[in-house]
Amino acid sequence: MDDLFSLQGATVITILGMALVTWMCRMTGYALARRVAITGRAKAALEAMPPAILTAIIAPMAFSEGLPEAVAAAVTVLTALRLPTLVAVAAGVATVVLMRQIPF
Amino acid sequence: MMTETDMQDSQANSRAARTGFWSDAIRGLIDISPLMAGAAPFALLLGSLAVQKGLSPAEVTLMSFSVYAGSAQFIAIDIWQTPVPILAIVGTTLLVNLRHLLMGAALAPHLGGLSPFARFLTVSIHSDETWAMALRRAQAHGSAGVTPGYIFGVFVLFYLQWPFWTFVGAFSGGFIGDPAVYGVDFVFPAVFITLVIGFWRASRQTLVVLVSLGTALAAYHLIEGVWYIFLAGLAGTVTGGLLFKGEEPAHG
Repeated sequence: MDDLFSLQGATVITILGMALVTWMCRMTGYALARRVAITGRAKAALEAMPPAILTAIIAPMAFSEGLPEAVAAAVTVLTALRLPTLVAVAAGVATVVLMRQIPF
Repeated sequence: MMTETDMQDSQANSRAARTGFWSDAIRGLIDISPLMAGAAPFALLLGSLAVQKGLSPAEVTLMSFSVYAGSAQFIAIDIWQTPVPILAIVGTTLLVNLRHLLMGAALAPHLGGLSPFARFLTVSIHSDETWAMALRRAQAHGSAGVTPGYIFGVFVLFYLQWPFWTFVGAFSGGFIGDPAVYGVDFVFPAVFITLVIGFWRASRQTLVVLVSLGTALAAYHLIEGVWYIFLAGLAGTVTGGLLFKGEEPAHG
Protein backbone atom coordinates (compact mmCIF):
# COMPACT_ATOMS: atom_id res chain seq x y z
CA MET A 1 0.00 0.00 0.00
CA ASP A 2 1.92 3.04 -1.21
CA ASP A 3 -0.63 5.56 0.06
CA LEU A 4 -0.31 4.26 3.63
CA PHE A 5 1.03 7.54 4.98
CA SER A 6 -0.54 9.94 2.51
CA LEU A 7 -2.06 13.06 4.05
CA GLN A 8 -4.29 15.26 1.90
CA GLY A 9 -4.82 18.91 2.77
CA ALA A 10 -8.63 19.00 2.78
CA THR A 11 -8.82 15.70 4.66
CA VAL A 12 -6.40 16.81 7.36
CA ILE A 13 -8.21 20.15 7.75
CA THR A 14 -11.53 18.31 8.16
CA ILE A 15 -10.04 15.96 10.74
CA LEU A 16 -8.48 18.82 12.72
CA GLY A 17 -11.80 20.72 12.57
CA MET A 18 -13.60 17.65 13.96
CA ALA A 19 -10.94 17.36 16.69
CA LEU A 20 -11.22 21.03 17.62
CA VAL A 21 -15.03 21.14 18.00
CA THR A 22 -14.98 17.86 19.94
CA TRP A 23 -12.26 19.08 22.30
CA MET A 24 -14.12 22.38 22.81
CA CYS A 25 -17.26 20.45 23.83
CA ARG A 26 -15.19 18.37 26.27
CA MET A 27 -13.50 21.39 27.87
CA THR A 28 -16.27 24.03 27.84
CA GLY A 29 -18.81 22.32 30.10
CA TYR A 30 -16.04 21.33 32.49
CA ALA A 31 -14.56 24.86 32.60
CA LEU A 32 -17.98 26.46 33.20
CA ALA A 33 -18.90 23.99 35.94
CA ARG A 34 -15.61 24.71 37.74
CA ARG A 35 -16.25 28.46 37.71
CA VAL A 36 -19.63 28.44 39.42
CA ALA A 37 -20.39 27.19 42.93
CA ILE A 38 -22.63 24.18 42.47
CA THR A 39 -25.21 23.87 45.21
CA GLY A 40 -28.91 23.14 45.63
CA ARG A 41 -30.85 22.80 42.41
CA ALA A 42 -27.76 22.90 40.17
CA LYS A 43 -26.18 20.12 42.24
CA ALA A 44 -29.33 18.01 41.90
CA ALA A 45 -29.25 18.57 38.13
CA LEU A 46 -25.56 17.62 37.97
CA GLU A 47 -26.24 14.43 39.94
CA ALA A 48 -28.99 13.51 37.48
CA MET A 49 -26.59 13.82 34.51
CA PRO A 50 -24.93 10.38 34.56
CA PRO A 51 -28.11 8.29 34.37
CA ALA A 52 -29.74 10.85 32.04
CA ILE A 53 -26.88 10.88 29.52
CA LEU A 54 -26.19 7.13 29.66
CA THR A 55 -29.89 6.49 29.02
CA ALA A 56 -29.91 9.00 26.15
CA ILE A 57 -26.91 7.36 24.44
CA ILE A 58 -28.28 3.82 24.50
CA ALA A 59 -32.05 4.36 24.15
CA PRO A 60 -32.26 3.92 20.33
CA MET A 61 -29.58 1.17 20.35
CA ALA A 62 -31.63 -0.76 22.87
CA PHE A 63 -35.21 -0.04 21.84
CA SER A 64 -35.28 1.08 18.18
CA GLU A 65 -32.96 -1.41 16.48
CA GLY A 66 -35.32 -4.37 16.48
CA LEU A 67 -36.82 -7.11 18.59
CA PRO A 68 -33.55 -8.97 19.46
CA GLU A 69 -31.98 -5.80 20.87
CA ALA A 70 -35.14 -4.76 22.74
CA VAL A 71 -35.56 -8.20 24.35
CA ALA A 72 -31.83 -8.34 25.18
CA ALA A 73 -32.05 -4.86 26.73
CA ALA A 74 -34.99 -5.98 28.90
CA VAL A 75 -33.08 -9.14 29.92
CA THR A 76 -30.05 -7.00 30.84
CA VAL A 77 -32.21 -4.66 32.96
CA LEU A 78 -33.91 -7.52 34.83
CA THR A 79 -30.66 -9.43 35.38
CA ALA A 80 -28.81 -6.33 36.53
CA LEU A 81 -31.44 -5.68 39.21
CA ARG A 82 -30.50 -8.94 40.98
CA LEU A 83 -27.16 -10.26 39.75
CA PRO A 84 -23.61 -8.88 39.33
CA THR A 85 -22.82 -6.56 36.41
CA LEU A 86 -20.80 -9.05 34.36
CA VAL A 87 -23.53 -11.68 34.59
CA ALA A 88 -26.07 -9.12 33.35
CA VAL A 89 -23.82 -8.10 30.44
CA ALA A 90 -23.23 -11.75 29.50
CA ALA A 91 -26.98 -12.49 29.69
CA GLY A 92 -27.75 -9.50 27.45
CA VAL A 93 -25.12 -10.40 24.85
CA ALA A 94 -26.15 -14.08 24.87
CA THR A 95 -29.78 -13.06 24.39
CA VAL A 96 -29.00 -10.85 21.40
CA VAL A 97 -26.89 -13.58 19.77
CA LEU A 98 -29.63 -16.20 20.27
CA MET A 99 -32.49 -13.91 19.20
CA ARG A 100 -30.66 -12.97 15.98
CA GLN A 101 -30.63 -16.67 15.00
CA ILE A 102 -34.42 -16.61 14.89
CA PRO A 103 -35.74 -15.53 11.49
CA PHE A 104 -38.68 -13.17 11.98
CA MET B 1 18.09 18.30 57.38
CA MET B 2 16.52 14.89 57.11
CA THR B 3 17.53 12.22 59.61
CA GLU B 4 17.98 8.67 58.45
CA THR B 5 14.63 7.70 59.99
CA ASP B 6 12.89 10.56 58.19
CA MET B 7 14.37 9.41 54.92
CA GLN B 8 13.27 5.85 55.54
CA ASP B 9 9.80 7.15 56.41
CA SER B 10 9.51 9.23 53.29
CA GLN B 11 10.78 6.35 51.17
CA ALA B 12 8.20 4.09 52.78
CA ASN B 13 5.50 6.69 52.13
CA SER B 14 6.38 7.08 48.48
CA ARG B 15 6.52 3.30 48.13
CA ALA B 16 3.06 3.10 49.67
CA ALA B 17 1.81 5.84 47.32
CA ARG B 18 3.26 3.96 44.34
CA THR B 19 1.67 0.70 45.45
CA GLY B 20 -1.64 2.52 45.84
CA PHE B 21 -1.27 4.03 42.39
CA TRP B 22 -0.69 0.70 40.67
CA SER B 23 -3.34 -1.21 42.60
CA ASP B 24 -5.85 1.55 41.72
CA ALA B 25 -4.65 1.43 38.11
CA ILE B 26 -5.22 -2.33 37.95
CA ARG B 27 -8.68 -1.85 39.49
CA GLY B 28 -9.46 0.76 36.81
CA LEU B 29 -8.17 -1.48 34.04
CA ILE B 30 -10.33 -4.37 35.28
CA ASP B 31 -13.38 -2.08 35.42
CA ILE B 32 -12.90 -0.82 31.85
CA SER B 33 -11.77 -4.13 30.28
CA PRO B 34 -15.21 -5.37 29.08
CA LEU B 35 -15.74 -2.02 27.36
CA MET B 36 -12.22 -2.18 25.85
CA ALA B 37 -13.02 -5.58 24.37
CA GLY B 38 -16.32 -4.19 23.09
CA ALA B 39 -14.74 -1.10 21.50
CA ALA B 40 -11.83 -2.79 19.69
CA PRO B 41 -13.92 -4.39 16.90
CA PHE B 42 -15.52 -1.00 16.19
CA ALA B 43 -12.12 0.64 15.78
CA LEU B 44 -11.15 -2.16 13.35
CA LEU B 45 -14.40 -1.62 11.45
CA LEU B 46 -13.92 2.17 11.41
CA GLY B 47 -10.43 1.85 9.93
CA SER B 48 -11.68 -0.62 7.35
CA LEU B 49 -14.64 1.57 6.29
CA ALA B 50 -12.46 4.68 6.13
CA VAL B 51 -9.96 3.23 3.63
CA GLN B 52 -12.89 2.03 1.51
CA LYS B 53 -14.03 5.70 1.44
CA GLY B 54 -10.58 6.78 0.22
CA LEU B 55 -8.89 7.91 3.44
CA SER B 56 -5.34 6.66 3.96
CA PRO B 57 -4.52 4.60 7.08
CA ALA B 58 -2.49 7.56 8.33
CA GLU B 59 -5.46 9.91 7.96
CA VAL B 60 -8.03 7.76 9.75
CA THR B 61 -5.51 6.93 12.49
CA LEU B 62 -4.85 10.65 12.94
CA MET B 63 -8.62 11.06 13.23
CA SER B 64 -8.85 8.43 15.97
CA PHE B 65 -5.95 10.04 17.87
CA SER B 66 -7.24 13.59 17.66
CA VAL B 67 -11.05 13.36 17.45
CA TYR B 68 -11.34 10.16 19.51
CA ALA B 69 -15.13 9.99 19.38
CA GLY B 70 -16.52 6.77 17.91
CA SER B 71 -20.07 7.73 17.00
CA ALA B 72 -19.02 11.04 15.40
CA GLN B 73 -16.26 9.28 13.44
CA PHE B 74 -18.61 6.64 12.05
CA ILE B 75 -21.06 9.33 10.93
CA ALA B 76 -18.23 11.39 9.40
CA ILE B 77 -16.96 8.37 7.42
CA ASP B 78 -20.52 7.63 6.36
CA ILE B 79 -20.99 11.09 4.78
CA TRP B 80 -17.36 11.34 3.57
CA GLN B 81 -16.97 11.98 -0.18
CA THR B 82 -14.65 13.72 -2.63
CA PRO B 83 -14.41 16.71 -2.49
CA VAL B 84 -14.68 16.56 1.30
CA PRO B 85 -17.81 18.37 2.63
CA ILE B 86 -15.77 20.03 5.40
CA LEU B 87 -18.55 22.09 6.99
CA ALA B 88 -21.12 19.29 6.93
CA ILE B 89 -18.71 16.87 8.59
CA VAL B 90 -17.41 19.32 11.21
CA GLY B 91 -20.97 20.54 11.94
CA THR B 92 -22.30 17.00 12.38
CA THR B 93 -19.36 16.17 14.64
CA LEU B 94 -20.22 19.18 16.79
CA LEU B 95 -23.84 18.08 17.04
CA VAL B 96 -23.02 14.47 17.96
CA ASN B 97 -20.51 15.63 20.59
CA LEU B 98 -22.62 18.32 22.28
CA ARG B 99 -23.26 15.78 25.04
CA HIS B 100 -19.63 16.27 26.15
CA LEU B 101 -20.66 19.76 27.38
CA LEU B 102 -22.86 18.04 29.95
CA MET B 103 -20.41 15.19 30.57
CA GLY B 104 -17.50 17.56 31.22
CA ALA B 105 -19.64 19.51 33.67
CA ALA B 106 -20.51 16.29 35.52
CA LEU B 107 -16.80 15.41 35.81
CA ALA B 108 -15.85 18.78 37.28
CA PRO B 109 -16.62 18.12 40.98
CA HIS B 110 -14.74 14.79 41.08
CA LEU B 111 -11.23 15.50 39.75
CA GLY B 112 -9.83 17.26 42.86
CA GLY B 113 -7.41 14.39 43.55
CA LEU B 114 -5.58 14.94 40.25
CA SER B 115 -2.83 17.40 39.35
CA PRO B 116 -3.91 20.27 37.04
CA PHE B 117 -2.15 18.61 34.10
CA ALA B 118 -3.78 15.24 34.79
CA ARG B 119 -7.17 17.00 35.04
CA PHE B 120 -6.56 18.69 31.69
CA LEU B 121 -5.68 15.37 30.01
CA THR B 122 -8.60 13.54 31.62
CA VAL B 123 -11.14 16.10 30.46
CA SER B 124 -9.52 16.31 27.00
CA ILE B 125 -9.83 12.57 26.32
CA HIS B 126 -12.95 11.50 28.20
CA SER B 127 -15.15 9.14 26.19
CA ASP B 128 -18.61 7.83 27.01
CA GLU B 129 -17.06 4.69 28.50
CA THR B 130 -14.23 6.19 30.55
CA TRP B 131 -16.47 9.05 31.74
CA ALA B 132 -19.07 6.55 32.94
CA MET B 133 -16.43 4.53 34.85
CA ALA B 134 -15.02 7.66 36.53
CA LEU B 135 -18.49 8.75 37.66
CA ARG B 136 -19.41 5.27 38.85
CA ARG B 137 -16.22 5.29 40.91
CA ALA B 138 -17.13 8.73 42.34
CA GLN B 139 -20.55 7.47 43.27
CA ALA B 140 -19.31 4.30 44.95
CA HIS B 141 -16.23 5.73 46.73
CA GLY B 142 -16.82 9.49 46.73
CA SER B 143 -14.70 11.97 44.77
CA ALA B 144 -11.67 10.81 46.82
CA GLY B 145 -11.96 7.41 45.11
CA VAL B 146 -11.21 9.06 41.75
CA THR B 147 -7.43 8.74 42.28
CA PRO B 148 -4.67 9.38 39.73
CA GLY B 149 -4.05 5.62 39.62
CA TYR B 150 -7.68 4.75 38.93
CA ILE B 151 -7.95 7.38 36.18
CA PHE B 152 -4.68 6.12 34.66
CA GLY B 153 -5.99 2.54 34.60
CA VAL B 154 -9.32 3.48 33.07
CA PHE B 155 -8.22 6.16 30.58
CA VAL B 156 -4.76 5.45 29.17
CA LEU B 157 -5.06 2.03 27.49
CA PHE B 158 -8.66 2.68 26.50
CA TYR B 159 -7.53 5.84 24.72
CA LEU B 160 -4.46 4.30 23.05
CA GLN B 161 -6.23 1.19 21.79
CA TRP B 162 -8.68 3.28 19.70
CA PRO B 163 -6.13 4.65 17.16
CA PHE B 164 -4.17 1.37 17.41
CA TRP B 165 -7.07 -0.83 16.28
CA THR B 166 -8.17 1.85 13.80
CA PHE B 167 -4.77 1.56 12.12
CA VAL B 168 -4.90 -2.25 12.15
CA GLY B 169 -8.38 -2.12 10.59
CA ALA B 170 -7.28 0.39 7.95
CA PHE B 171 -4.09 -1.55 7.16
CA SER B 172 -5.91 -4.85 6.72
CA GLY B 173 -8.49 -3.21 4.46
CA GLY B 174 -11.75 -5.02 3.84
CA PHE B 175 -11.04 -8.15 5.87
CA ILE B 176 -12.78 -6.94 8.99
CA GLY B 177 -15.90 -8.82 10.03
CA ASP B 178 -19.13 -7.38 11.33
CA PRO B 179 -19.09 -6.83 15.14
CA ALA B 180 -22.75 -7.94 15.24
CA VAL B 181 -21.77 -11.57 14.53
CA TYR B 182 -20.78 -12.45 18.10
CA GLY B 183 -23.02 -9.87 19.72
CA VAL B 184 -19.95 -7.70 20.39
CA ASP B 185 -21.98 -4.69 19.31
CA PHE B 186 -24.31 -5.27 22.26
CA VAL B 187 -21.55 -5.15 24.92
CA PHE B 188 -21.66 -1.34 24.92
CA PRO B 189 -25.45 -0.93 25.43
CA ALA B 190 -25.47 -3.84 27.93
CA VAL B 191 -22.70 -2.34 30.08
CA PHE B 192 -24.37 1.07 29.94
CA ILE B 193 -27.69 -0.44 31.01
CA THR B 194 -26.00 -1.95 34.07
CA LEU B 195 -24.42 1.45 34.81
CA VAL B 196 -27.83 3.16 34.60
CA ILE B 197 -29.20 0.53 37.01
CA GLY B 198 -26.28 1.24 39.35
CA PHE B 199 -26.91 5.00 39.34
CA TRP B 200 -30.65 4.43 39.72
CA ARG B 201 -30.09 2.07 42.67
CA ALA B 202 -28.14 4.78 44.50
CA SER B 203 -30.36 7.75 43.74
CA ARG B 204 -33.77 6.32 42.75
CA GLN B 205 -34.07 8.94 40.02
CA THR B 206 -36.70 6.92 38.16
CA LEU B 207 -38.31 9.99 36.60
CA VAL B 208 -34.93 11.24 35.31
CA VAL B 209 -34.31 7.93 33.52
CA LEU B 210 -37.84 7.77 32.11
CA VAL B 211 -37.80 11.38 30.85
CA SER B 212 -34.41 10.80 29.21
CA LEU B 213 -35.55 7.52 27.65
CA GLY B 214 -38.78 9.02 26.29
CA THR B 215 -37.07 12.14 24.95
CA ALA B 216 -34.31 10.10 23.29
CA LEU B 217 -36.74 7.78 21.50
CA ALA B 218 -39.03 10.65 20.44
CA ALA B 219 -36.15 12.82 19.20
CA TYR B 220 -34.47 9.87 17.46
CA HIS B 221 -37.60 9.25 15.40
CA LEU B 222 -38.93 12.79 14.96
CA ILE B 223 -35.93 15.10 14.58
CA GLU B 224 -33.52 14.90 11.68
CA GLY B 225 -29.84 14.92 12.64
CA VAL B 226 -28.28 13.46 15.75
CA TRP B 227 -30.00 15.69 18.31
CA TYR B 228 -31.40 12.91 20.45
CA ILE B 229 -28.42 12.37 22.78
CA PHE B 230 -27.98 16.01 23.72
CA LEU B 231 -31.72 16.77 23.99
CA ALA B 232 -32.48 13.69 26.08
CA GLY B 233 -29.42 14.20 28.30
CA LEU B 234 -30.50 17.80 28.84
CA ALA B 235 -34.15 16.82 29.50
CA GLY B 236 -33.09 14.27 32.13
CA THR B 237 -30.68 16.76 33.72
CA VAL B 238 -33.33 19.49 33.90
CA THR B 239 -35.75 16.97 35.39
CA GLY B 240 -33.20 16.22 38.10
CA GLY B 241 -32.96 19.95 38.84
CA LEU B 242 -36.74 20.43 38.88
CA LEU B 243 -37.18 17.53 41.32
CA PHE B 244 -34.98 19.37 43.82
CA LYS B 245 -36.97 20.33 46.90
CA GLY B 246 -35.07 22.17 49.63
CA GLU B 247 -31.82 20.77 51.00
CA GLU B 248 -32.13 17.14 49.93
CA PRO B 249 -32.75 16.40 46.25
CA ALA B 250 -36.15 14.77 45.90
CA HIS B 251 -36.25 11.25 44.56
CA GLY B 252 -38.47 10.78 41.55
